[in-house]
Amino acid sequence: MPTISLPSVLTPLASGEHTLSASGSTVGQAIDDISRRFPALSPRLRDENGEPYPFVTIYLNDEDIRFIGGFNAPVQPTDELSVVPAVAGG
Amino acid sequence: MTTAIRPTRALAALPLRCASCGRDHEAAPAHICPSCLGPLEPVYDADRELPDRAEIAARPRSLWRYREWLPFTGRPERCLNAGWTPLIDAPRLASALGVSRCLVKHDAGSFPSLSFKDRVVASAFNAAHAFGLTVVGCASTGNLANAVAAAAAREGFQAWIFIPHDLEPAKVAASAIFGPRLVRVRGTYDDVNRLCAQVADRFGWGIVNVNLRAYYGEGSKTAAFEIAEQLGWRLPDAVVAPMAGGSLVTKLSKGFGEFLSARLVHGVTPRLYGAQAEGCAPIVRLVERGDDTIVPVKPATIAKSLAIGNPADGRTASHAIRSSGGWAAAVNDLEIVEGIRLLAETTGIFGETAAGVTVAAARALARAGRLTPDDEVVLCITGNGLKTIDAVSDSLAIPEPIAARLSEVAALVSQTTQT
Repeated sequence: MPTISLPSVLTPLASGEHTLSASGSTVGQAIDDISRRFPALSPRLRDENGEPYPFVTIYLNDEDIRFIGGFNAPVQPTDELSVVPAVAGG
Repeated sequence: MTTAIRPTRALAALPLRCASCGRDHEAAPAHICPSCLGPLEPVYDADRELPDRAEIAARPRSLWRYREWLPFTGRPERCLNAGWTPLIDAPRLASALGVSRCLVKHDAGSFPSLSFKDRVVASAFNAAHAFGLTVVGCASTGNLANAVAAAAAREGFQAWIFIPHDLEPAKVAASAIFGPRLVRVRGTYDDVNRLCAQVADRFGWGIVNVNLRAYYGEGSKTAAFEIAEQLGWRLPDAVVAPMAGGSLVTKLSKGFGEFLSARLVHGVTPRLYGAQAEGCAPIVRLVERGDDTIVPVKPATIAKSLAIGNPADGRTASHAIRSSGGWAAAVNDLEIVEGIRLLAETTGIFGETAAGVTVAAARALARAGRLTPDDEVVLCITGNGLKTIDAVSDSLAIPEPIAARLSEVAALVSQTTQT
């Protein structure tokens, strides 16, 4: 089962957990799964159209999902997803 | 391991507001809004007392002469010598570009680390001081690493410096010499940046361009303030600046706007032009498309200091450029080297690869008619060529040695006369 790590700013919305296990065979399905279990997380991970926010980057292992199909990118049981606020660097 | 935050001292950082949803937050080493994950910006007291031209001019020559526009109350206590770099008239470069007047904002000579990053680090270190942080760090393409390492050594902070593994050797050495914990990461800058976002979250250090970013970025405005003051309290027609994360162009726009609002200068914001390498030009492409979504890229350019494929301030930079009436240009690696050489041969200033990008982009913009023969143009030269010598060494004709005989010099003179 893939895991999803959250930044500290989102952990209060996930019962204080930094890392969650998620079911699904794509990034989008994994995000949907934790959104169902923690409904307050949902609007932080997708906008009202179901798309990722420009301020939030999701990585599949070390790869920005925008390079590998976005929410349609396939995930394996051993994969690690990371949600990282994108407003940094430069 | 975390770093405790002690109560603020005489120097205090300003509170924050989300630029996306507008919610207010207390001053903190935090860069993202807990509500929407948007970027946080410092909030200035609109009723604060502002100095006039004479009062500013009488202050010490550092970026702190503009302290009312930096994100603190109280007097700064760290990095007091940063800023106030020369604005140098460059008539031979103006002629080469085909503009009325060209000036170089010479941050390649910045104290202490020879790049404009000394400005943002000065602001970030005062934020770290205000929050009682003792450990600082950064994700860097090189110049910021040098600036943080140097400032940490001077100011007595512990520094953790994260860089891509393949940086230019001079930039690695120019960080290591100051004795920080230097971490070379296998990957691109964007990989390093992601790691540092997680590091800041985990360890609570003051990562200057992550959780201190709201305060750090404001330091770039001082380049705009200095340009205005050094021109005799007026604004140029156009400014050309390199873009990596897009913060410099964004903050130049904000800085010019703040001086206009304060009536320290009159007129309109200069047309802003952004420069990137073709091998990493996500902000140029955004300006060209005119939409609102950065399309990240995998960088492939010799201009490693600009090699940010997922620029945090790309959208705001594009907006600042387009709303000013400016534009953006991307140049290839050969043009970058030509730009470095053109700057050197016409101004006596040896800039790094980002300078080559800026000069070459200015030339491309002039050829395209976006910079006109009537324009007074300022080029922001943000880093020093001694850090990126490898980029140009192959293009230079280094002569064979001669014997210490006058006859051999005479032969060289004869050859030169014939050519």
